[in-house]
Amino acid sequence: MRIAVCVKRVPAPGARIALSDDGAAIDTKNLGFTTSPHEECAVEAAIALNEQHGGETTVFTVGPPEADEQLRYAISVGAHHAVLVSVGEEGADPDPQATAAALVDAIHARETAAGEFDVVLFGNDSADSGGFQVGVRVARALGRPIVNGAKGIAIVDAQGASESGSGRAVEVRRESSSGSDVFRLPLPAAVGVLEGINLPRYATLPGRLKSKKAEVPMTTATMAAPRVVTRRFEVPEEQVTETVMLGDGADAAERVVDLLIELGLA
Amino acid sequence: MSEFPSSARVVVIGAGIVGNSIVGHLAELGWRDIVQIDKGPLPNPGGSTGHASNFIFPVDHNKEMAMLTLDSQRQYIEMGVNVTCGGVEIARTPERLEELRRRMSSATAWGIESTLLTKAEVGELLPFVNLDVVLGGFYTPSVSCVDSLRAGTIFRERATALGALVTIPNVEVTDVEVIDGQVRAVVTDQGRIEAEYVVIACGVWAPLIARMAGATIPLVPAVHQMIDVGPIPILEATGNEIGYPIVRDMDTFMYERQTGGSMEVGSYAHRPIFHAPAEIPSIKESRLSPTELPFTAEDFDAQLEDALELMPDILATAEMKYAINGLLSLTPDGYPLLGETIEVKNLWSAAAVWIKEGPGVGRLIAEWMTHGVSEIDPHQSDIARFYPYARNDHHVRARCAEHFNKTYGIVHPREQWASERDIRTAPYHQRTEALGAVYFQAGGWERPHWYESNASLVEEFGVADRPHEWDARWWSPIQHAEHLALRSRVGMVDLAPFVVFEVSGPGTVPYLQHLAVNNVDVEVGRSVYTPLLDERGGFRSDLTMLRLAEDQYWVVTGAFDGPRDQFWFRKHLPSDGSVTFVDRTSAYCTIGLWGPKARDVMATLTDADVSHAGFPYGASREVVFGSIPVRLFRISYVGELGWEIYVSMEHALAVWDRVFEAGQPFGLVPVGAGVYGTTGRLEKGYRLMGAELSGEYDPVEAGLARPKVKSAEFIGKAAYLAAREQGPTATLCTLTVLDHTSPRDGIARYMSGGEPIVTKAGERIVDAKGRPSYVTSAGASPSTASFVLLAYLPSEMAEVGAEFCVKYMNELYPVRVAVAGSTPYFDPADERMKA
Repeated sequence: MRIAVCVKRVPAPGARIALSDDGAAIDTKNLGFTTSPHEECAVEAAIALNEQHGGETTVFTVGPPEADEQLRYAISVGAHHAVLVSVGEEGADPDPQATAAALVDAIHARETAAGEFDVVLFGNDSADSGGFQVGVRVARALGRPIVNGAKGIAIVDAQGASESGSGRAVEVRRESSSGSDVFRLPLPAAVGVLEGINLPRYATLPGRLKSKKAEVPMTTATMAAPRVVTRRFEVPEEQVTETVMLGDGADAAERVVDLLIELGLA
Repeated sequence: MSEFPSSARVVVIGAGIVGNSIVGHLAELGWRDIVQIDKGPLPNPGGSTGHASNFIFPVDHNKEMAMLTLDSQRQYIEMGVNVTCGGVEIARTPERLEELRRRMSSATAWGIESTLLTKAEVGELLPFVNLDVVLGGFYTPSVSCVDSLRAGTIFRERATALGALVTIPNVEVTDVEVIDGQVRAVVTDQGRIEAEYVVIACGVWAPLIARMAGATIPLVPAVHQMIDVGPIPILEATGNEIGYPIVRDMDTFMYERQTGGSMEVGSYAHRPIFHAPAEIPSIKESRLSPTELPFTAEDFDAQLEDALELMPDILATAEMKYAINGLLSLTPDGYPLLGETIEVKNLWSAAAVWIKEGPGVGRLIAEWMTHGVSEIDPHQSDIARFYPYARNDHHVRARCAEHFNKTYGIVHPREQWASERDIRTAPYHQRTEALGAVYFQAGGWERPHWYESNASLVEEFGVADRPHEWDARWWSPIQHAEHLALRSRVGMVDLAPFVVFEVSGPGTVPYLQHLAVNNVDVEVGRSVYTPLLDERGGFRSDLTMLRLAEDQYWVVTGAFDGPRDQFWFRKHLPSDGSVTFVDRTSAYCTIGLWGPKARDVMATLTDADVSHAGFPYGASREVVFGSIPVRLFRISYVGELGWEIYVSMEHALAVWDRVFEAGQPFGLVPVGAGVYGTTGRLEKGYRLMGAELSGEYDPVEAGLARPKVKSAEFIGKAAYLAAREQGPTATLCTLTVLDHTSPRDGIARYMSGGEPIVTKAGERIVDAKGRPSYVTSAGASPSTASFVLLAYLPSEMAEVGAEFCVKYMNELYPVRVAVAGSTPYFDPADERMKA
């Protein structure tokens, strides 16, 4: 099972996001960076599939050279290879088309050298820009089917029984308002993973040390001029919520009852 | 919520362990109308307390820190938030094994039970440790983990129950108002609180709040990295929050501490990483908390390897679940910043305090604010201790960068700083440099400790080297040779670091009388050596006053206590303007000239009468060296005939050259502070503030009580009279070491100070007031070919000839009381000095 996972380096902010003075960027001076949570789950899903079915996982990212940190983190938790497509400085956020194009090139190159990926995993959407586009664009360009919002992934045979020798497929479960939808995609396929599908493991000490020594090739992509440009961010007005004490002990009973009636719960 | 208070007796800023301890103790001491504010929520407002490792290793070489830690631990125990788990300091190197032996001595000195462990014993206590890298250990059973947040809540609850405290979280200080040099109000985003006192107890943010008031709190927020690793079955199996002793892997500057089923691994080995207080993110902007910054993994990788090496079985599979760059406060010398700020009256600092000292510091600050004095003398932690050069960010960062990695380091008691050197130099510095001076720093000054140009004297006087590298470190046999040269011929000493205050005006005499124990109303041209006491009758300082004119004095004090003394003098200046106080330190340079030939040398330098009758001991007067005016002061801290020569800075180089030249026919050599501060001083039994003299002892005990008490009132007089009435509980003694041979390896060993004096059976000695006997100063007495120790002994044991032992590097060496009291061991009648 050869798996590719595409991840993105994003800032890890607190409750309030600080912006640069001109509002054009997130002020990351005091922030750490992380992998988008959906993608952390995608990496975990990939490693779990490797553990079940063997094979190896290669993690791709398009981002600044510092995104090396996120790739090594993926290696520290069990990914086997990583490829960094560098697109200039920290804070540069190429638009989804450009990102997708760079990823397609990188995946192509890797597949040409080492063989086709059975599954290409994405996070459902990135934690910072939330475009929901890159996975679909890459899958389309690679000519592979994709399902987003995955809350379950399993490798099965083409008929849906648990995996047999040939004609494998990936079965993707997605939650809907009425229950869940199950899709079966013939391999090779792509899946957009939703946070909550699993609980990503943390790095072990040896894992971290191993990742330091791993080779992470970096290529530089020439990006087309972006067609989507971020002009300015605004921090929305803070929602002030006030806690009202209804009273202490039995004294509160009357007001609790009133409140339940008011809410239509009694 | 009740209305925001518009006034308070005292506003305490900060609700971490320090602020909470302070409000608790202030309330207990009777303070009311206390308002405590914090910009964060309760019980964890987001400061350093919130992410602290919360463990306490009580053994510290430093007495003040050990006492604060022991007091804190007692308080945590009383509050029921102390879990005793024991702690093991592991040695991977022979140097560390020696250091652990030194720690055994300190443990005995401060009354803490500790034992040395063999490798096998380390394995029994810590079955998961890889013994291949272990040589031995140091085990302290009383090492504990505390719940500092819970302790803080208890302190607040106790103060609130007394009706003394209102605590308001989520309040941001925007300004601190100061009028006429005194703090008046704290302005916040929710209102203004008028206050008589303000205490800054907000850790890494303290410099910002101080700056609002025009004060300085010299600390820097620094990163301490830690990770939490788990799950670990052997730890989970204990079923406890902490079941195994805490491990300090001393040689890798790391610790490993169980937290439930996980192991917390912390480090002081990574590069120093500093932050600016103003740039610490707000609570809302922080992912975890303002003082739990994003982990920079690359800084910790080397430590991961060290941790894996020590605990390979349990750490290899566990996951790193939590990792932070935790912020804590560092200061230039590693000690806390306690006391009233020098810039603003009634604005107090309680900053750079660790969990292990928090409650002790709370009690100390509360006592100090209440009584003007505290049970534990905060001599080393006093925020007034810094010279101007040491109060700024550049110095703080330079020194903190140097000492951060020494947190678990082996620091020699005489060790000198490498950074921030050559920033205060005497006008004749190039001369001393050419003479091969080896400089130790004194109050920031480069002061020669010995001169390599005197190397040939070692053979002349037959001085032996010290066979053990540790004892010989930051030391040279040249020091003893210089000592003997001075005693037999004449030496000149660079005393540029002397601190000189000029006090003048019509109110001078009553002002100085109010501060000094001894009568300062002496004839013009005479001088007084006097203790200065605190309200409790303990030592605040000891110094010399020279009466230059009817209403003009010089106050001369040592380099190490200059800023503290200055603060004390300024604090007590009368408000009517009748006294003018000027710090003349930078205007005058001092050169000492001492030895049997000193008078002969002096006679060639000046036409003035320098005979004993013409220039008696204790006199000072202006003379000229050719055309250069100097003030001569006949005094000696080395107990020898001679003078201190005070000269304007611009003449100092010329005077150095003249004295040096004039001395050559008489065999003059330059003599370093190794003689001035140690060997010459100790064989004369002269006391040093911060060593023999502290707030915890009185003049009767120190042997500095005069036969009569002056009639004028002075600070501490009532306590002093009571102390004279009661007699001493302890007596400062001079002891000689009878045998230097190490029982373990037969090498001659030489103490450096801080070691416990114990009975011949090795039992710790404590006086009736609970004060332990330990070596306050140690050094050779080359004149008598012996080695002397100064130490307080319980007065009933302080008999000449009584024998005890000193515990050095965990071995006992026999000592004998040579002098009980202040009589000099060498030249007891002071015949040389008064020749």
